[in-house]
Amino acid sequence: MSERPALLLLALPLLALLAAPAMGDTPGSVQAKNNMAEGKALFEQICAACHMADARGSGDGAIPSLASDANLADPAYPVGVVMNGKGAMPPFAELLTPAQVGAAITYVRTHFGNDYPQPVTEADVRKLAQP
Amino acid sequence: MTEMTTPSRRQLLTLIGRMGGAAAMYQAMTAFGHAAETQFTGPPVLTGAKPGASVVVLGAGLAGMVAAYELTKAGYSVKILEFQDRPGGRNYTLRGGDSFTESDGTVQKVQFAPGNYINPGPWRIPHHHRCLLHYCRQFGVALEPFIQLNHNGFIHSGSAFGGKPMRYKEVATDFRGHTSELLGKALNAGALDQSVSAEDKEKLLEALRHWGLLDNNMAYTSSVHVSSQRGYDQPPGGGRNGAPTPSQIAGLSDVLDPQVWTAMSFYFNYVMQTTMFQPVGGMDMIGKAFARQVGKLITYNAKVTKVAQGGDGVTVSYKDAPSGKMQSVSADYCVCTIPLSIISQVEMQVGPKLAAAMKAVPYAGQLKMGLEFKRRFWEEDDNIYGGHSFTDQAIAQLSYPNDRMFSKGPAVLLGAFARDLGAFQLTAMTPEQRIEAALKQGEVFHPQYRKEYMNGVSVPWSRVPWILGCTSRWSEANREKHYRNLVEMDGRVVLAGEHASYYGGWMEGSLLSGIDAITQIHERVTAA
Repeated sequence: MSERPALLLLALPLLALLAAPAMGDTPGSVQAKNNMAEGKALFEQICAACHMADARGSGDGAIPSLASDANLADPAYPVGVVMNGKGAMPPFAELLTPAQVGAAITYVRTHFGNDYPQPVTEADVRKLAQP
Repeated sequence: MTEMTTPSRRQLLTLIGRMGGAAAMYQAMTAFGHAAETQFTGPPVLTGAKPGASVVVLGAGLAGMVAAYELTKAGYSVKILEFQDRPGGRNYTLRGGDSFTESDGTVQKVQFAPGNYINPGPWRIPHHHRCLLHYCRQFGVALEPFIQLNHNGFIHSGSAFGGKPMRYKEVATDFRGHTSELLGKALNAGALDQSVSAEDKEKLLEALRHWGLLDNNMAYTSSVHVSSQRGYDQPPGGGRNGAPTPSQIAGLSDVLDPQVWTAMSFYFNYVMQTTMFQPVGGMDMIGKAFARQVGKLITYNAKVTKVAQGGDGVTVSYKDAPSGKMQSVSADYCVCTIPLSIISQVEMQVGPKLAAAMKAVPYAGQLKMGLEFKRRFWEEDDNIYGGHSFTDQAIAQLSYPNDRMFSKGPAVLLGAFARDLGAFQLTAMTPEQRIEAALKQGEVFHPQYRKEYMNGVSVPWSRVPWILGCTSRWSEANREKHYRNLVEMDGRVVLAGEHASYYGGWMEGSLLSGIDAITQIHERVTAA
């Protein structure tokens, strides 16, 4: 018995993501793959759920505004946050492809008072996503 | 019997509990074959509290209320500050006449008929959540079965069965049949002779034949025998046309669609196993029952802005929402149950370890929708009484009402229980668009939807203003790094709530963490 936990720990990194939600009160279904490719659609249908359609967040700072956001200047920051999560924001690495993450970030970096025209590519996301 | 001198099991356990404390009692109970399914060993025994010792509790959800209830019982002086104008937190219920305001100000009015409701938050109770069941018993909350596994519910996948919904019993039987046939073939071909002894091979083949409903050739084929589990084309009847005719089994490729085994596996989850329960009349019966005990301690509409602590106590500053006036409460200790998704709005005077832990827990953003229909067509037309249907669309699942079956008149079903991307997609819509999406996606199961629809409400947890999220979702890596720091008392402040438990998203977790929080306070008080 006492040696079991040690053995289990070795397997944790792989199991963690799969095993954790099973303990919660969650739906019992699998979702179809989401093939959205456009940054605009991704923002409006996914990001806007919390950051709102005008990207201004929850207003009280709990969900930050992305409008005129100097944190977006260096792509490494938004890529890290979206892929790995931050605070209460969940990680999206398992939910969206690197190409989708790049498209959404590129869209936000060029809208809502942000003017960072250099696109964030799939390759950028893969490179910058290392936690 | 004659064993008057032998202590009863209960007497013995009480004795062990008194002498060795809860841990010893738990160990003993486990040895007796009791309690292995829970860490709950009964309400906390907080004897010897110092007269006048005081605690301020932040949040009148279940964690906060159980803390206040047990502390008061032990002689502590307790005050609760609650942001909303009602007790219960996520333990709540929406009924006709209620309105629900989203974080962007969007208001939905619930139009359900009297008696109908949805539980936007917790909605089902595992039979082994003994702490919650203890308080339901103690406070007289009536519970009824929550029909979890319904073999007649539907399974739908856009990429299997031609997009046609199948009954759970059909696909579950077919999955078992096809995999049994394949394993049988492998055994008979000798492919597993290295792993299975000759004796076990015989036993396993016999098991597969029966378990998988295989025919004499160890093949899974359509038959009346198979239909005795997956259902018939013409079910058994009486008299001249009484003979049943078999249904046609589905092919292996369709049955291997992940929707099939995900549903089967879902029902095996520890927290999803039957028997499950729900309170009669709505989940908020539990929150209201706690509030009957501690309601007089609660200050409502109090928005906490600061928790300051020093060597001699805690001072909590809050804004009284109606008047806008700043107020404060001082106490010896503080139990903070404010969700981590909004704790950043409170200036918390805590050490760096707890501060880091409070920022380390992501929240899931689930969404539920209640749809009211003119009649119970799922019962009347489709033979579905409670339980779920699953889909790979954004709504994720339908759940049918578990109460008042066979009744006439309007009824409410859960038209969506979405998570992850599906939940975000629905959340980003207007309430009207969400209803339209739920009708369109739900029609896959029930073509009666449009004709019978009356009204609906959607609760996107990411936009519920007082939490901006649904439930904590610890990763194992974060747990390893931050969990102990989150749940251990920091000076005079201790956190509680589902996020401070290994039962994230379950009321049991809230209660158990509330009890551990006050146990820490009590240990400190009595050690001093």
